[in-house]
Amino acid sequence: MISVKNLEKTFHTEDGDIHVLKGITQDIEKGEKIVVVGPSGSGKSTFLRCLNLLEKPTAGEVWFEGTQINAPGCDVDKLRQKMGMVFQHFNLFPHLTVRQNITLAPVTLKLKTQEEADAAAEKLLSRIGLLAKADAFPSQLSGGQQQRIAIVRALAMEPDVMLFDEPTSALDPEMVGEVLQVMKELANEGMTMIVVTHEMGFAREVATRVLFMDEGLVMEEAPPAEFFGAPKNPRLQEFLSKVL
Amino acid sequence: MDQFMVSVQMFFQNLGQRLYDSFIYKDRYMYLVQGLGNTLLITLGAVLIGVILGTLVSLVRIVHSQNPKKLRFLNAISGLYLTVFRGTPMVVQLIIMYYIVFGAYRGNPLLVAVIAFGINSGAYVAEVVRSGIQSVDKGQTEAGRSLGLNNRTTMIKIVFPQAFKNVAPAIFNEFIALLKETSVAGYIGIQDLTKGGDIIRSITYDAYPAMLLVAVVYLIMVIGLTAVLSRLERRMRKGDKR
Repeated sequence: MISVKNLEKTFHTEDGDIHVLKGITQDIEKGEKIVVVGPSGSGKSTFLRCLNLLEKPTAGEVWFEGTQINAPGCDVDKLRQKMGMVFQHFNLFPHLTVRQNITLAPVTLKLKTQEEADAAAEKLLSRIGLLAKADAFPSQLSGGQQQRIAIVRALAMEPDVMLFDEPTSALDPEMVGEVLQVMKELANEGMTMIVVTHEMGFAREVATRVLFMDEGLVMEEAPPAEFFGAPKNPRLQEFLSKVL
Repeated sequence: MDQFMVSVQMFFQNLGQRLYDSFIYKDRYMYLVQGLGNTLLITLGAVLIGVILGTLVSLVRIVHSQNPKKLRFLNAISGLYLTVFRGTPMVVQLIIMYYIVFGAYRGNPLLVAVIAFGINSGAYVAEVVRSGIQSVDKGQTEAGRSLGLNNRTTMIKIVFPQAFKNVAPAIFNEFIALLKETSVAGYIGIQDLTKGGDIIRSITYDAYPAMLLVAVVYLIMVIGLTAVLSRLERRMRKGDKR
């Protein structure tokens, strides 16, 4: 479904170039739940953001459903409709109500009428138990509620894959659980997911494959039992000893 | 100190007669009424031009900063415009506009003033609007784009409404500043509020009643508008705690 070949990314800053991704090759199949872990600065978020071109790769290829999306002339907007993204800081639209947040994209892109989108939004909201908040503004909600709504907003586009960029890192500890719960349910329904996170419990429980990234490379990848039970790479061993 | 006391005394001497001479006799108050009308006309016209021009210029600069290959020529002109019109005094711009740019055109100086003040105001509004748009969190744009909206739609539906909240008070402030700044319109022979007072002064040889009243009228308008502004700011803040 997603295929990445020799992906490289260099940021040009005033203090010189930073080589964040140094050649990543990955194939992600439909239905897989990939969890990406690693120390901060290892390039995990950049890798994820390259998948829907929020960052433009410096070199290499990114393929999605048979199309090379970083080729010139590719209609990225069209492909992004099928790739949902959830951000660390939720990024709900503060000037719109919850309902408007969810229906804005499907209606603007003429995928649904307002009535259809409203009905879909209400169905999604009642699934996460927040139907009562449909007409509230994001500022009236807790962080956990905002992030669950951000997930629903992405789902309203009926994406084929969901990208999660540290979805629980900005949350108070007591709110992490409710967001992870929604993600677990989503995983159980068969959604293809790529999750950058520090939640090792989630990785162990939900992932079909865990990637360990460090210094811009995927240093190790394995199913969770093997990944956590018998890590081979010394850097991963060191990392796990610190976080577990 | 003595001198000050003397002038305070002078202010109260024959006050009734002087008020009569300054305002009532031969309907001289009409100088102020017409002047106020012209002041408001210039200010409103200039704000309108300023907001439109400023918004366009700020859009040029933002589109260019997002993608340096686009609008290179327009961006260079915009940069020059901002530098020149913010770097020279308003009075000088007004006189140049009237005697040089519109030198051949012997028409309504009011129109020239509206254009001159509008162009000047646009240069300030442009920077206000630009900072307002850029102050919207980058994550908002990313969220919009990640849903598949194109850059244009993301700007219109997501960024601009939030930028407007940031910018509206500052634009209103510009309006208040402009109201006072139009007092130099007399340089090109326009009878605005200030000039109206000055005419009364020159007829009656008495500056006190006319010019103090002129000052009070400006002050009342500014205080009133500032009150409106703070109410506007309070309303804008509601529902926007992030």
